[in-house]
Amino acid sequence: MAQTTEAPVAPPPRADERLGRKSTLARVLARPEAGAIAGAIIIYVFFFIIAPPFRNASSFSSVLYVTSTYGLMATPVALLMIGGEFDLSAGVAVTSSALCASLFSYEFTTNAWVGVLVALALSLLIGFINGWIVVKTGIPSFLVTLGMFFMLQGINIALTQTITNQVASPDISTLQGFSSAQKVFSASWTIGGVNIRTSVIYWIVFVIIATFILLRTRIGNWIFAVGGNAQSARAVGVPVGRMKIGLFMAVGFMAWFTGMHTLFLFNTIQSAEGVGNEFVYIIAAVVGGCLLTGGYGSAVGAAIGALIFGMVNQGIVYAGWNPDWFQFFVGALLLGAILLNTYIRRRAEASI
Amino acid sequence: MSTAADTKTEVALVKLIDAGKRYGAVIALQGINMEVSAGEVTCVLGDNGAGKSTLIKIIAGLHQPSTGTYEVDGAAVAFTSPREALERGIATVYQDLAVVPLMPVWRNFFLGNEVRKGLRMDIAAMKKMCKDELLAMGIDLRDVDQPIGTLSGGERQCVAISRAVHFGAKVLILDEPTAALGVKQSGVVLKYIIQARERGLGVIFITHNPHHAYPVGDRFLLLNRGRSIGYYEKNQVTRDELTGLMAGGSELEQLSHELESAGGAAADIGRELEEDVTELGISHQPDGETDAASAATRQEGPPHP
Repeated sequence: MAQTTEAPVAPPPRADERLGRKSTLARVLARPEAGAIAGAIIIYVFFFIIAPPFRNASSFSSVLYVTSTYGLMATPVALLMIGGEFDLSAGVAVTSSALCASLFSYEFTTNAWVGVLVALALSLLIGFINGWIVVKTGIPSFLVTLGMFFMLQGINIALTQTITNQVASPDISTLQGFSSAQKVFSASWTIGGVNIRTSVIYWIVFVIIATFILLRTRIGNWIFAVGGNAQSARAVGVPVGRMKIGLFMAVGFMAWFTGMHTLFLFNTIQSAEGVGNEFVYIIAAVVGGCLLTGGYGSAVGAAIGALIFGMVNQGIVYAGWNPDWFQFFVGALLLGAILLNTYIRRRAEASI
Repeated sequence: MSTAADTKTEVALVKLIDAGKRYGAVIALQGINMEVSAGEVTCVLGDNGAGKSTLIKIIAGLHQPSTGTYEVDGAAVAFTSPREALERGIATVYQDLAVVPLMPVWRNFFLGNEVRKGLRMDIAAMKKMCKDELLAMGIDLRDVDQPIGTLSGGERQCVAISRAVHFGAKVLILDEPTAALGVKQSGVVLKYIIQARERGLGVIFITHNPHHAYPVGDRFLLLNRGRSIGYYEKNQVTRDELTGLMAGGSELEQLSHELESAGGAAADIGRELEEDVTELGISHQPDGETDAASAATRQEGPPHP
């Protein structure tokens, strides 16, 4: 395919006068996650100074745990944002999946694993429906998933109420297969007095997989392309519709995974849980450098965004403050991160 | 209306015979004959609404002609998608270039045609191929890792052209590649058109600027309101004649009359225009033009698919 010409038309290689020396600092700052790293360091140092318990290894492990519960979902949400779409139903979809698994296996007295698989099918279906409507109609995903958010939220509460006459799902810890499922989704070990939950390991593994996909595979190239310019991507043969539906389904998959973790940790699920978490995931992705307009961002950035969340969430407790301050901090962090990101990106681009 | 004598014996890469396109009652294109062979540049000239973009869409496989025949390598074809045209080696570089501005040059270059090693992409090989291919076209890029949005319009145009060449295009359709560029940048793009021709490609160069078309073109198709108002080989036409035909002699005349009757400074401009028209010898009504056709083609081009 590649044709070569004999006559070299290009001038011989020379030092290019257009290419100024790009400093290592500028290169680092040009990465999408640069702002998040700076923010994470500041937050860490802040709580390290004002909250003595924050300095213990054991409290850092609980920071990591809280981080992982946000970070698991922030990862596919970041991929979806890079692909140019939102999912506002991501928070309640976690609860839907967990409720589905627990109610199904409890009401039909099946093995817990049956409920787990039914919930997986449901979560993937929700993702597919979100993606399919967005792709087929061209309606902004903000609206489509906002509708899905309210529908799921309504079903979660109403159906749980109808079936159990309660606001929470029944305890499923007596079911067959519960303990093996618990080992898979919510195990924990104690190493050197520090408690480590599997969700932290899973989170790190998923971030690595997502980063590999984004930066090293063709699928990753296509995710950036559909988010950066869907028309252009289509013109060169990228299956834009399938990519977007796939990304929504990835969010569905992780909603299932996170839901299973929560279910097998607490044995029961509150039907009203999950509201507001969709914003936490999106904020983690944005703090991590994802552009709201798509086509730019990183999975590592979203992970660091989630870590900032986890540190503030736990740091406030360790500092002995009223936990109500958390939301204020979240808002302030989002604003600060956006300002910092914008500032850093401009500076980095100017110094290229 | 004159037609280029078909003296060449070799089969044209792309040939339209009496092709036309209707969108419902609207006649966007009618009775078009044109061809391009390997190592040739065929220029399609016309003002806005002349039917250039409809012509591109037919050749690129987005639309099928309503009338007439479209031949590739001497055999009639009926493309149903741009992908099919691409498989036959007919690549289109659109005005908006089909690039993703935030992505690095090399990722854009290989988008949709990524080189893979198992699951992963062979990034080192792609970067090298991209750099080499661009160098072969005489494009010396600073860094193939920079976002393509940071390149100048001319550079982006050249990357898009060399991408099409690299992926085996035999015929390049260039949609107004110089329209948004300055004088110097246009020159750079024209240089690449010549390079592509020297590499044995057939180039269909769409433009409204005769000064860009004349130096690089081997054949010239002039469109006005969906009809051909002339199809020339280079030795049959001069640059001034091309310019005159493009400007539409009769329309200029009319404009000069209007300006003159307005009086004052406008009248002076009008008189100058009139002199130009006489000098260029273009004071004639292009044939085959009817009010119905002009009304119809004024709204040429359906909404983009």
